[in-house]
Amino acid sequence: MASPVPYPRFLPCGDAALIVEFGNAVDKALNDKVLALDQRLAAAPPDGMVETVPTFRSLMVHLDPLVTDPATVEAHIAGLLGDLAGSAAPGPIWRVPVCYEGDLAPDLEDVARATGTSATEVVALHSGALFQIYMLGFLPGFPYLGGLPDTLYLPRRTNPRTRVPAGSVAIAQSLSAIYPVVSPGGWHLIGNTPIRLFDSGRDDPALFASGDRIRFVPVEAAEFARIADAVAGGDFVVEKETV
Amino acid sequence: MAMLKIIDPGLMTTVQDFGRPGFQSLGVPVSGAVDRDVLVLANMLVGNSANTGALELRYMGVTVEAVGGAVLLALAGTAAPATLTLPGGAQEPVPGWRSVLLPEGARLKLGGFPDSATAYLAVKGGFDIAPVMESASTYAASGVGGHEGRALVAGDLLDVLGEAGDAVPHGFDRVPDLRTDRAIRVVLGPQADAFTADAVTRFLGAEWSVTKDADRMGLRLDGPALAHADGFNIISDGITSGSVQVPGTGRPIILLVDRQTTGGYPKIATVISADLAALGRKRPGDRIRFEAVSAAEAVAIRRDHEAWLVHLAGGIGPVRADGSIDLDALYSEELITALVDVHDH
Repeated sequence: MASPVPYPRFLPCGDAALIVEFGNAVDKALNDKVLALDQRLAAAPPDGMVETVPTFRSLMVHLDPLVTDPATVEAHIAGLLGDLAGSAAPGPIWRVPVCYEGDLAPDLEDVARATGTSATEVVALHSGALFQIYMLGFLPGFPYLGGLPDTLYLPRRTNPRTRVPAGSVAIAQSLSAIYPVVSPGGWHLIGNTPIRLFDSGRDDPALFASGDRIRFVPVEAAEFARIADAVAGGDFVVEKETV
Repeated sequence: MAMLKIIDPGLMTTVQDFGRPGFQSLGVPVSGAVDRDVLVLANMLVGNSANTGALELRYMGVTVEAVGGAVLLALAGTAAPATLTLPGGAQEPVPGWRSVLLPEGARLKLGGFPDSATAYLAVKGGFDIAPVMESASTYAASGVGGHEGRALVAGDLLDVLGEAGDAVPHGFDRVPDLRTDRAIRVVLGPQADAFTADAVTRFLGAEWSVTKDADRMGLRLDGPALAHADGFNIISDGITSGSVQVPGTGRPIILLVDRQTTGGYPKIATVISADLAALGRKRPGDRIRFEAVSAAEAVAIRRDHEAWLVHLAGGIGPVRADGSIDLDALYSEELITALVDVHDH
């Protein structure tokens, strides 16, 4: 292979976007740099910037080529790259209720078997972790969550499901996620949350943003049903922890 | 208020404007017109601002009827003629690239149109559609925006905001040459280095054909396999319209307006913004060649492209009694408004 890549680096994406890449791994330190740059750009956007899309280890910046050009935006960003590590303002911690039982957790036993643990331990590990939303993507409001305990690392399912239920709480590789709507999917389903992650009719359509943090709170089936009713009636508010 | 009733919805007819940028960080695709240039021209034919939502017709035309009043509408994107049927049953052909007054009870039918994958039907004043996330565009996969979040079906009624009044139909002095046949320009990257040097050479040298997997999400191409240098999975990163991703099959997919916001296949190149609309016209079986330019060249080409669009719009004028176009008539301030609007987006 060639010599090591110097990071951060700029990747060309035509005339209407560019990518700032911080490394080649899914980890919190890299994602924190992405979020820190995103926050700096939100505070000091260059002329012609349309929007930004944070991902695991890079930030995509969309721009209007009738107003600016990639070289000008790149020069602006280059001035914002100093001392990014550790500078991202931490996001809120959301307490997301999850039922890890029965039909709502179809892969829980398989996950326990494959990881050499028990269902109780899987639930304890998953609900004991503090996750960070590394990015939203795949579907509107779909959060990719970093912070899964190493014990729960598993490859994706060999046979993806054609229909993963809305609210499914899932794990695969080093990540966890929540399916906002019914969709195909290859992750292991270990629980379900009754909350609505995305509603295009809301002023803020997505409940969460990249950089927000999530703690899963186990609830029993009866409590799950009560919360689901409250969500349907529009009077359930997802709690935030006071930090 | 006049309404447009859908008698025959065609194949995939949706309401589209310039889409909803600004929500991609939440995983929401931009959507919008897959052929933005022709949407702009359709809107100009009826004096709308460029970003007004219109019906996007994919591969097949539609039959519509004016209900509750007259509607001034325009068809753009195809030279195929439509048929106007008046309430009494009299029929007359309507050439492409024209606006036409549809009296109450009259129907307009456009059948197949072989010269593009996409055409637009714009109505004066636009449709009364509540914006979702700041846009009237339909993202059918998630049921967002447009008319009930979906493609139109027979029987749908769309409220029309504009009064047709005694509006004079407008047309182009000649069928606009959309220059669709030339090479599609790309900037190499963001992950050109994820491919062998030979693969990059092949990508730029080959003639590609558009497969039947050609929709608003993207165009899957057929041609020589492109070899990845080091596997075909990358850590998911951002995607833009025109991103050319290459999955394990080695065959490229050009991502279009309904694409996801992020993805995990290496992207060998990015189609420049000036050439995106031409991709929206590609049909299965059409051939594509790529040509590499620099990002700076791509910006210059885009700015020339907007000037060209303005020049094309300069060929719009009222239709005379003999069917010719009166370019001497000063075409109202709406056109100027529309042109200004192009540059705001």
